[in-house]
Amino acid sequence: MNMEKIRNAKIKLPIFLDYQSTTKVDPRVLEVMIPYFGEFSNAHSRSHSFGWTAEEAVEKARKHIADLVNADSKEIVFTSGATESNNMAIKGVAHFYKNKGNHIITVCTEHKCVLDSCRHLENEGFKVTYLSVKQNGIIDLLKLEEAITDKTILISVMMANNEIGVMQPVKEIGAMCRKHNIFFHTDAAQSFGKVPIDVNEMNIDLMSLSSHKIYGPMGIGALYVRRKNPRVRLTPLISGGGQERGMRSGTVPTPLAVGFGEAARIAKEEMEIEASKLEELRDILYNKIKEAFPDVVLNGDYENRIPGNLNLSFPYVEGESLIMAIKDLAVSSGSACTSASLEPSYVIRSLNNGHDLEHSSIRFGLGRFTTKDEVLYAADLVTKNVGRLREMSPLLEMVQEGIDLSTVKWDSH
Amino acid sequence: MFRVIKNLPPVLCKHLLQRSVHQENAILMFVQTKNLQTDSANERFSLKHEEVGRPLYFDAQATTPIDPRVLDAMLPYLVSYHGNPHSRTHAYGWESEAGVEKAREQVANLIGADPKEIIFTSGATESNNISVKGVAHFYAPRKKHIVTTQIEHKCVLDSCRALEGEGFKITYLPVGANGIICLQELEKALTPETSLVSIMTINNEIGVQQPVTEIGAICKSKKIFFHTDAAQAVGKIPLDVNSMYIDLMSISGHKIYGPKGVGALYIRRRPRVRVEPIQSGGGQERGMRSGTVPTPLVVGLGAACELAQREMAYDHAWMEKLANRFLDKIYTKLTHVIRNGDPKQTYPGCVNLSFAYVEGESLLMALKDVALSSGSACTSASLEPSYVLRAIGTDEDLAHSSIRFGLGRFTTIEEVDYTAEKTIRHVERLREMSPLWEMVQEGVDIKTIQWSQH
Repeated sequence: MNMEKIRNAKIKLPIFLDYQSTTKVDPRVLEVMIPYFGEFSNAHSRSHSFGWTAEEAVEKARKHIADLVNADSKEIVFTSGATESNNMAIKGVAHFYKNKGNHIITVCTEHKCVLDSCRHLENEGFKVTYLSVKQNGIIDLLKLEEAITDKTILISVMMANNEIGVMQPVKEIGAMCRKHNIFFHTDAAQSFGKVPIDVNEMNIDLMSLSSHKIYGPMGIGALYVRRKNPRVRLTPLISGGGQERGMRSGTVPTPLAVGFGEAARIAKEEMEIEASKLEELRDILYNKIKEAFPDVVLNGDYENRIPGNLNLSFPYVEGESLIMAIKDLAVSSGSACTSASLEPSYVIRSLNNGHDLEHSSIRFGLGRFTTKDEVLYAADLVTKNVGRLREMSPLLEMVQEGIDLSTVKWDSH
Repeated sequence: MFRVIKNLPPVLCKHLLQRSVHQENAILMFVQTKNLQTDSANERFSLKHEEVGRPLYFDAQATTPIDPRVLDAMLPYLVSYHGNPHSRTHAYGWESEAGVEKAREQVANLIGADPKEIIFTSGATESNNISVKGVAHFYAPRKKHIVTTQIEHKCVLDSCRALEGEGFKITYLPVGANGIICLQELEKALTPETSLVSIMTINNEIGVQQPVTEIGAICKSKKIFFHTDAAQAVGKIPLDVNSMYIDLMSISGHKIYGPKGVGALYIRRRPRVRVEPIQSGGGQERGMRSGTVPTPLVVGLGAACELAQREMAYDHAWMEKLANRFLDKIYTKLTHVIRNGDPKQTYPGCVNLSFAYVEGESLLMALKDVALSSGSACTSASLEPSYVLRAIGTDEDLAHSSIRFGLGRFTTIEEVDYTAEKTIRHVERLREMSPLWEMVQEGVDIKTIQWSQH
């Protein structure tokens, strides 16, 4: 496809390719939400019909979310987002069951809020094991089982990684947790609504969900908390009026809950078609780039990953300069939370692909509104600019002269 | 937002009603004044013809509808500017971030703060939790005492109770019969161990306003941090964190015609107040509250703050006018009505009345076409009388007969008149059915009666 043709395709620039950081509210979701903005509705007002209507809408939304993961709607607790859900799950279980044990297992590629919650607990005297991952980003199940002690109360392993998109073997981890009578929490912010999830089949006890990653509004999320076999209890983070079965006080924002519910309903309906479309687009992008640069490195396993994620490292190219060069694409080098720092991402670093590749990673996030034209344009732009930057790179020159980069001693970091 | 249509022929009324069912946004209220004024004995006790259309909204302390102008400001961020405000590598992130920072400034301006001192939260409940638990935990090694009042919002009291479970000492100050704390008692309660005083600006149930400036001055002189839950006060009365010596202040979006699901916390930078965060993670909001800042909601909160600042004087005068009109009507027609809380030091938009010899629940049922509540929304499922009313020393039976009339920016004179007339009518009707009322009319002092069983 030449540039002329692309211009005719009317692509709006910059092209949004950062669907793992956030997604646009689906117009269908917005349509359902808007009436509730005009309502006088506090879903906890029990003395008048405004409150009842709002409550009804919130409960319907809760049902949609529960249905998507085969849970009971009573097991869904609304929160302000996945960060809160993760905090609530980890700190809440740790605090509630601290007499039972003081050991938690997690993975070093978890989202920052999981790692930070664990670090917080370490300060309180808990012991935390941070499992490393294999080069494909997936944990070693044997190592996980080795890490379990009789003091272990919680295992928290994310379902899909936010940076490299790899899916952990959640079902196997769930089975292992059940065998050892340990609670299993999974951060499913990136996989909820994108891959099929069944909390019973996967033996998940707690699961964090986010709305703005599935084309719902920002500012709301949920925590799945198992009620039966076994019942999970937790110490609430936020005390107050006792809403959400006492686990999370505060007024439930009706319009947001309604929007989240609708987003879940749409996701359930369209998951399959959307996944195959995204896989196709992702493969087009990957293959085009790979064709031009066979030495491009895919971060994370190819088979086990969510459909819309492609995280690539371009040898001999500095990630920051590439992002600058491809300004027409809204991409990132990693997580949005940490995108202000120039440090290489800890997720990429834990893959142990080599120091020079860490700085050169770019995350392409594809989503519901990504078109084939956009992907072709992106592939074109990336290959052109990577080629240009490589020509300027002293590293590539050295390699071509026959110097092995891994033997080079660098002056500073 | 409301249209009150009087004296409609029944056929037209039915037609309009059907239409209003279709148009969920348009709230139409049909008033058949004829029925209200009839004197025939049968009609007087009948509840027929009373439930028409959707109720009037008189519960502005539970939540307020979003101002259309706020929604206008938010919509672009739901439709076009949808980036994550923390994405630093592309324009989608930058434009969202600009929206967030503008909103921060709007919130700060309303309370005389610096934008850097505002952090966004999911609402006042979270802000109160961060303030109370955060300060307590951070200064815990040296100071383990907190002072609050008995009439705080449930989330402040519950946060304090959680801290008690961890070994903190809490003083719950009593309030006078008018709902206001005694400053001498506050001063007496402070010890060198005290790290925080948390006293709300305006009470959510009875509307009384605490002497915040004086409390702030006392705290400052003793070098104790002062937190105030201003969810009901921000945007409604002038607040200035510097002249009132406030160190932390909780702000809610959906009480000031902004969106639900967002709030803010003011945290003073000089002298610096430090809190231990409740939510750890990506380190957004200067590390005090991690999690993606929801751009559209925050933009809405900012717009609501700017509107409130611009229209505060007008809104306040309107509230006063409506409240006075309402109370005049009630007082001229009814006796044995008690206003809960101080009548002067109060926010006029919150009128909490106890109607003696009338059961609050029956009155609420009778006033079905007016959305009212007997107290806080959080606890409105329980039939227990409110702890706030108990704290101001209201009799058990009077506490059971209290109703909160919450007026807002969009309340009209017609609605106030309608509600007042209807309240009068039903209080009279219920009292006529009450044997107690009969005895009072006959001159029996109810207090002297010995009840055979409870």
